[in-house]
Amino acid sequence: MVLSGSTSCARLRLFSIIIIVVVVSLCPVPELVAQSAEVVDTAAVVDSNKIVVAPPASVTVEDGKYDNGDTLIVKWELSIDDRIPGSKVLGYRIYRSVNGGQATRIGEQPPGATKFTDKDVEKDSSYSYTVAALTETGEFASEPTKAVSPQPEWFNFGRLSLLIIALVIGGAVIYFVETARRGRQLFVRKIAGLEAIDEAVGRATEMGRPVLFIPGINDMDDVQTLAALTILGRVSRTIADYDSKIFMPVSRSLVMTAARETIKASYQAAGRPDGYSDDMVNYVTDEQFGYVAAVDGLMVREKPATVFLLGAFFAESLILAETGNSVGAIQIAGTARPAQLPFFIAACDFTLIGEELFAASAYLSGEPRMLGSLKGQDVGKAIAMLAIVIGVLTVTLGDAFDITFMKQVHSWLMDIFSAT
Amino acid sequence: MRQQVPLIITFLVGTLLIVSVFIPPLGDLERTFTLWFDIIAVFAFFLGGGNLMRVHITKLRGRRKDWPFSIVTLLGFGTMLAAGLFKIGNPGDISSAVDAPGSLFYDIFNSILIPLGSTMYSLLAFFVASASYRAFRAKNREATLLLIAAFIILLGRTPFGMMLTGWVPESVSILQIPNLAIWIMNSPNLAGQRAIMIGIGLGVISMSLRLILGIERSYLGQEK
Repeated sequence: MVLSGSTSCARLRLFSIIIIVVVVSLCPVPELVAQSAEVVDTAAVVDSNKIVVAPPASVTVEDGKYDNGDTLIVKWELSIDDRIPGSKVLGYRIYRSVNGGQATRIGEQPPGATKFTDKDVEKDSSYSYTVAALTETGEFASEPTKAVSPQPEWFNFGRLSLLIIALVIGGAVIYFVETARRGRQLFVRKIAGLEAIDEAVGRATEMGRPVLFIPGINDMDDVQTLAALTILGRVSRTIADYDSKIFMPVSRSLVMTAARETIKASYQAAGRPDGYSDDMVNYVTDEQFGYVAAVDGLMVREKPATVFLLGAFFAESLILAETGNSVGAIQIAGTARPAQLPFFIAACDFTLIGEELFAASAYLSGEPRMLGSLKGQDVGKAIAMLAIVIGVLTVTLGDAFDITFMKQVHSWLMDIFSAT
Repeated sequence: MRQQVPLIITFLVGTLLIVSVFIPPLGDLERTFTLWFDIIAVFAFFLGGGNLMRVHITKLRGRRKDWPFSIVTLLGFGTMLAAGLFKIGNPGDISSAVDAPGSLFYDIFNSILIPLGSTMYSLLAFFVASASYRAFRAKNREATLLLIAAFIILLGRTPFGMMLTGWVPESVSILQIPNLAIWIMNSPNLAGQRAIMIGIGLGVISMSLRLILGIERSYLGQEK
């Protein structure tokens, strides 16, 4: 009986094990996973009309860094329904309550966004934010954040490295200006385009044709226009000396006034104030291609022997330069707009590339203090070159040999030169 | 005095704007000064407009060469000025925008000025061709390099580039013309552009310091 009892007990256990094994083996595990995924997906749909999703979590608000108390940054974690493919979340709506008042919508962000910057805030008010996940059928809002007031900062520490670099370069410029003032001779390399000015004006004089000076199409608030006018001073002085003729159509009224003053001063300095006339500088139009049409017409009619294209140029650069080329003028161009430089190089005899335009007035004047400023500029170049060499070496060696120190140096350099 | 006052203003404004880059509460100064400049420039427009009128009226009176074109200029100037000033044909009242759709100003601008501007702009296509022809002649080593680079980029931007070199194995895919074109644009070209940009940045700093410190003053005219 005992034996029989234990046998039946063993049979029962064996039967139970067989049942469990059969049940487990019959369980469709992959389908279970699929079903669970489906559960997550279908959890968003309560019924056929209403789509329900989880609201964004952990919504916080931070004061904007290094600002004048005019920025608050709202951050949140994505709604869990926005983390799966084929999400029903269409975006996030940001609501704001000012000083505890009624919340109003102030912005919207796309799905996957976790940040919103509110730039329409004032120092004296407090702001609380709610972020709502948006679906086709409704919104699912987070809890409101605690109220925060934006605070101003008195120094932008994000630009500290920029300040240091600016002080070093500025200090170097001032140091070399002073050094040159005390009589130290400074070497400046020859700039072909500027060396050619006398020759170009001389050619116009010999041919009995005018010189055309085009100072770009920007106004006096562009440093390129100022650079062009400083060169104009030297060019018009040579023209006054040679008793040649200058034409200067401009597209800005203020440039017209300043250019007239500059040319008048040159004629006075040359001892020929009577040779100056206001008609040398004329306003044409502010309209870009209207100006181009007028200048092109002038070139074709007057056939200038020399054309100066110095200043800020845009799409009109090649049209002007090619027309000048077609009338056989010797052309000296210069701009600080890299996109226009290839056109000038292709169509003009001499081109002042970028910094050469700004160096021109110092170069042409030959005044020690001005030349000193060019030397100071070289210190900036040396810093840039050193930073580039170190940056290239550290990023190359750091990645190739996985050297942490090199990567750190590279990251440090990136921080310094990407001040915001 | 004639130069001293502008120099003092330049020094003060220049210094203040540099400081404002680092002091957030002064951050709006740049916008304020830009606004002031715009207001001054608007008044200066009277000088420009006046000059335009004077030049063409003088030309017309003296029956100088090409004087009939001056009539066209003066008529265009007057019509546009009147259309804007008196808001001729504006669908709204006097407070509506000067360039509201339906106004004479809007019609002249869209039907005459924009097509004329586009005509001038389209000349660029021909000038690019003639300038390229001159620039890409292999007259020396640099020009030959330029020609080769331009040819690769030209081919690389068309389906023909892939057609020619599509057979090149993946392991050396850089030799496929479209990839070569991308490499030329992103590496040598970008490096050169950045070098120019750094030079321009430093040039602007140096020029600005010369202006702020009053070392550069030729643009101010002659001291009386």
